[in-house]
Amino acid sequence: MRNWQFFLAALAVGIGAYAAARLIGNDYIYFAGYVVLQFVVLATAWNILGGYCGYVNFGSAAFFAIGAYTTVALHKFPQFSSRYLPEVVNSVVATLFPLPMPVLIVVGGAIAGLVGFGMGYLTLRLRGVFFAIATLALAVVLQTLIVNWDYVGGSRGAYVIRPAATPYFGINYIEYLFLIMLLLSIVAITVARSIERSQLGYGFATIRDDELAAEATGVPTLRLKLIATTLSGAFMGMAGAPFPFYIGYLEPSSAFGLAYAVNAIAMPMIGGTTSWVGPLLGAILLGGLQQIASVTISSAVSLLIVGLLLVFFVIIAPNGIIGLWHKYFPSKDPDVVERERSAEAT
Amino acid sequence: MTPLLQVENLSKRFGGFVALDGINLEVAQGERLGLIGPNGSGKSTLVNCLCGTLHNETGDVHFDGRPINGLQAHQRTHLGMARSFQLPRPFHTLTVAENLRVPLLYTVNTRPGAALSEGQIEARCRELLGLVSLEHKARKMPRDLTQVEMRKLELARAMAADPKLLIADESMAGLSQSEVKDIVALLIRLNERGITIILIEHIMSAVMSFSQRLVVLVSGRKIADGNPGDVIRDPEVERAYLGQ
Repeated sequence: MRNWQFFLAALAVGIGAYAAARLIGNDYIYFAGYVVLQFVVLATAWNILGGYCGYVNFGSAAFFAIGAYTTVALHKFPQFSSRYLPEVVNSVVATLFPLPMPVLIVVGGAIAGLVGFGMGYLTLRLRGVFFAIATLALAVVLQTLIVNWDYVGGSRGAYVIRPAATPYFGINYIEYLFLIMLLLSIVAITVARSIERSQLGYGFATIRDDELAAEATGVPTLRLKLIATTLSGAFMGMAGAPFPFYIGYLEPSSAFGLAYAVNAIAMPMIGGTTSWVGPLLGAILLGGLQQIASVTISSAVSLLIVGLLLVFFVIIAPNGIIGLWHKYFPSKDPDVVERERSAEAT
Repeated sequence: MTPLLQVENLSKRFGGFVALDGINLEVAQGERLGLIGPNGSGKSTLVNCLCGTLHNETGDVHFDGRPINGLQAHQRTHLGMARSFQLPRPFHTLTVAENLRVPLLYTVNTRPGAALSEGQIEARCRELLGLVSLEHKARKMPRDLTQVEMRKLELARAMAADPKLLIADESMAGLSQSEVKDIVALLIRLNERGITIILIEHIMSAVMSFSQRLVVLVSGRKIADGNPGDVIRDPEVERAYLGQ
């Protein structure tokens, strides 16, 4: 299936999911669905670098937070402008702001992508555990910066009042956020799938397998790693951009929360890292379970579920749900069979 | 005629250890050069410096008439320098045929006017697999290959980059007598296609049957360079291999 055909098929599935949510007619579906979809984007973004290239990023929460705090910064900008900037600039700002959500997502994604590029550039020579530690350090540095940046609320946090309704389609704002995250998930999945089947996908696989051999066969590994860190960071930032409007009150400990870093890794690991399907399945399964646990037991249990499932899959099915599926329902494509056999053996 | 590869006064240190000490070397177009030396003599370091995996501290390397000092490994591959590794390093999550696709996509396709269509890539993969008699293993994973097949895959992958110079680093280590003959025959076939080959090897029968010229490295220095028959009778080479 060509990429545009896949996008249209995914869009059709998305429209079906939205129609089903509307039929249920309960706003909680949008609240819960938004979180699951946000994790679909986050897990897919993590997998571009972690799954395809083999570079484990422990700093996913930082990229998510960059997206979220970009929204906060832009949301507060008219206030700043009216106080400190000349009248001419202020009148321009007043016409442009508040920025629509899609613009906030693009700006949040661009800034997170830029930070991803910077992280990639600074860690070009690092691999394995050293790279992972560097990403963790980035998260700590960024959190410290945000805590000490008064403009975005510092350690006190910042309020972003969600409008009750949106001017578009006559729907309420949470439904609008759900729709936006649904579209973002479809875009992220389509991009991940198109990478898998492209020259870039082959390049990423060679980086995961053996960088020295990759260079020797002509693969510009450093450039490809920069593409992966930028893309991955950008999608994580996009996932975080609408978050302040969803949560209403953003503070550093929630934006840089452990839940994002852990889920971004656990979801692809549980679903399977070799394909775009893995992060999607992992996010739906784990995200869904966490939402159910939050409502029926307690929100504190949700991370426990992630931990237990992660331990279970690492021991029993290291190739995730996709690996289990191929084990019990072998593919008819000999390439896929061979690949799964090889993955199991390693 | 300008040599294909020209190395002038190349040196490389690892801390206080001098791995290569003022190496001068010229390799002519279409030549079959054997490079030998005891363990630790600097053969692999020289290969790594030539291919851009390591960067030499002093000296100049010219390839195909242009200086390549400072170029990254993949850029040297794009210029036409390919290598096989001492220990095979296949892409283990890609099939045998996909391993060959990588240099076709990333090296051959980046050369001006050489963009291959999907059909041409498939055909080239089949041709390369035929060249190393691995057609029947095209869809297998590298871990399913025998040692000699792995070596052949390594050579085929280097060949897929359509190189002017192929550096085969101990391509026959661990192989049986007949397998060594197979690989030597394969390398000679590749050379007959116009590819210049540098063979780094410990198996002297293979080196002698393959090489038109022999270079000997000892302790990072070149101690002999010339006709293989003359070089192995050189007293300094005998001393290096057999001791005083």
